Amino acid sequence: MQGLTVKELDCVRGDRLVFAGVALAVNPGRALLLSGANGSGKSSLLRILAGLLPQAAGTLTWEGEDIADDAEAHRRRIAYIGHADPVKPGLTVCENLEFWARLYGLEPEIEPALYQFGIEALADLPARYLSAGQRRRLTLARLAVGQNSPYGPPLWLLDEPATGLDPSAVAMLANSILAHLANEGVAIIASHGGLLDEALGGHADRLDLQDAAP
Amino acid sequence: MIGLLLLIRRDLKLAFRGGTDAAMAVVFFILAATLFPFGVGPDPEILPRIGGGVIWVVALLAAMLSLERMFSADYEDGSLEQFVLSPLPMVMVALAKIIAHWLTTGVLLLVAAPVLAVFYNLPAAAFVPLIVSMLLGTPTLSLIGAIGAALTLGARRSGVLISLLVLPLYIPVLIFGALVVDSALAGREYGALLMVLGGFLLLALAAAPWATAAALRQAIE
Amino acid sequence: MLHRFANPNRFSRLAAAVLPWVTGATIILFVVGIYFALFASPADYQQGETVRIMYVHVPAAWVAMACYTFIAVMSAVSLIWKHPLADIAARSAAPLGAGFTIIVLATGSLWGRPTWGTWWEWGDARLTSVLVLLFLYLGHIALTHAFDNPARGAKAAAVLALVGFVNIPIIKFSVEWWATLHQPASVIRLDGPTIHSSILIPLLIMGLAFTFYFVTMLLVRMRAELAARKARALRLNAAE
Repeated sequence: MQGLTVKELDCVRGDRLVFAGVALAVNPGRALLLSGANGSGKSSLLRILAGLLPQAAGTLTWEGEDIADDAEAHRRRIAYIGHADPVKPGLTVCENLEFWARLYGLEPEIEPALYQFGIEALADLPARYLSAGQRRRLTLARLAVGQNSPYGPPLWLLDEPATGLDPSAVAMLANSILAHLANEGVAIIASHGGLLDEALGGHADRLDLQDAAP
Repeated sequence: MIGLLLLIRRDLKLAFRGGTDAAMAVVFFILAATLFPFGVGPDPEILPRIGGGVIWVVALLAAMLSLERMFSADYEDGSLEQFVLSPLPMVMVALAKIIAHWLTTGVLLLVAAPVLAVFYNLPAAAFVPLIVSMLLGTPTLSLIGAIGAALTLGARRSGVLISLLVLPLYIPVLIFGALVVDSALAGREYGALLMVLGGFLLLALAAAPWATAAALRQAIE
Repeated sequence: MLHRFANPNRFSRLAAAVLPWVTGATIILFVVGIYFALFASPADYQQGETVRIMYVHVPAAWVAMACYTFIAVMSAVSLIWKHPLADIAARSAAPLGAGFTIIVLATGSLWGRPTWGTWWEWGDARLTSVLVLLFLYLGHIALTHAFDNPARGAKAAAVLALVGFVNIPIIKFSVEWWATLHQPASVIRLDGPTIHSSILIPLLIMGLAFTFYFVTMLLVRMRAELAARKARALRLNAAE
């Protein structure tokens, strides 16, 4: 069994059953687009896949092995992009990216990553001067750092990554994702449709969490 | 280990560039301590007698004030999630944040304490015990405080809540910190009291990073 | 053993069956205990009738401390085995413990007035430690209710309870050191087997009465909490 497989996954938040019986399988080189209304559990599913949130029931396997068996190994294969931008206003663009790259033990090849998302000119600007879209690009540039490293994470979990991006930045993101897929990577992306979905086209499968609502 | 230093360095950089935040605790420390003479009167007999205790109480409050900011920025901008997913164990993340907190508040309080000792006409004999007791006591404040800061992430009115959680746990440090100064003033032996403060520090060092890490993991769920 | 009670429904049935018995035992123990405490035990030759405050003060102190231990154990169970009832037990017990602590402080203060001549005596390490215990209880209760998601409040409070439990001996040691240094304590002592049985027996009966009262109230509160939780879940799922 290749890639990521999920069986009979239930998610409970507080006292509320968010979704039940979710099953999915994503092979290397494929992306999965999650859709569903607000509150249908797209973010929760991604957070469960990242190991940030415990599932109420169900199993997750990566290449046939239960993820729960080795949580640390699982952490190392993930690149997770959440709603917020972990960008420190007091650090420059370059320093922000370099910090995360080093903390994750990746090659701190900053310049090419910034270039990939079109913010190379901002490298020495303190991040407090960035616009929301520029901060998003900086957050996404971390994916590029991993991509250019020999041991970059193979599983990308992206929670509405295109929020606040202009069309040219969405195209840059799509190119990054396509390059990742071409490199036998896996990407699971929560989205509300739009440019990114179109750009990924035939490389992506779709899952509507509305179908798993209790 | 590299990750630990990396995180400490980032937090120090942010603190120095942010400027005012770190300085606030020290300004509060001095300001609050100068209120006491206005309240109890300028009697040169009384001030040296209460000086050690007042400096310690105010140091406690100043350290506590800065706790709310300890994890909240990282919590709000999603950095905390990325820490959980990083190869650096959460205990090390907690320890790094604690060390950074101490370096940006505890150390500054230590530097400012002699100024207050002068304000309170403390005799020269009390200076060294005051500094040494704070050197051993303030890291314990950062360690215990980190637990409270982590537990209240995402809570309503977290600032008041932190003080309710943390201040009772600070009492032992306060008791022995102030006793060191008192004993020195009375010409008594205070080495044993410093040992007790050191013991508290070791205990807190052994337990607090784990409790903080557990609390941080809960916070991002 | 533990998992037999894991099911909240089974617990509710069990609690409903046990409740009348513990309630009855509480009432009987209180009637007997109060009779002994007020009428059938001698007045103290030094303190006179005020010594009878002890029959409330000391049992309340026992239960207040036992309750914190109970919360700490339940918190450990909740964190390690993720047992849902443990959270509810800890959450239900905390306000009870705080109540007993307030009784200890109030009766201690009432007792202190004729004994020491002051309402509050800092030199009494025991009473001062109990004051800190009250703060620990209040922090626990506040933290439990500080979150929009009750599960998060329960988990945070569980960590706090364990941290507090580890700290209690340290706080007690510190306060005792501090108190003896500042003033030799003239504490009401009830040490060991030297107490006369005419005092000890009513004291033990009152201790049992307080314990049974605690158990009764705990069961009532846990059942109410379970019912409230069920109602909340039904409402949420009906809203889907």
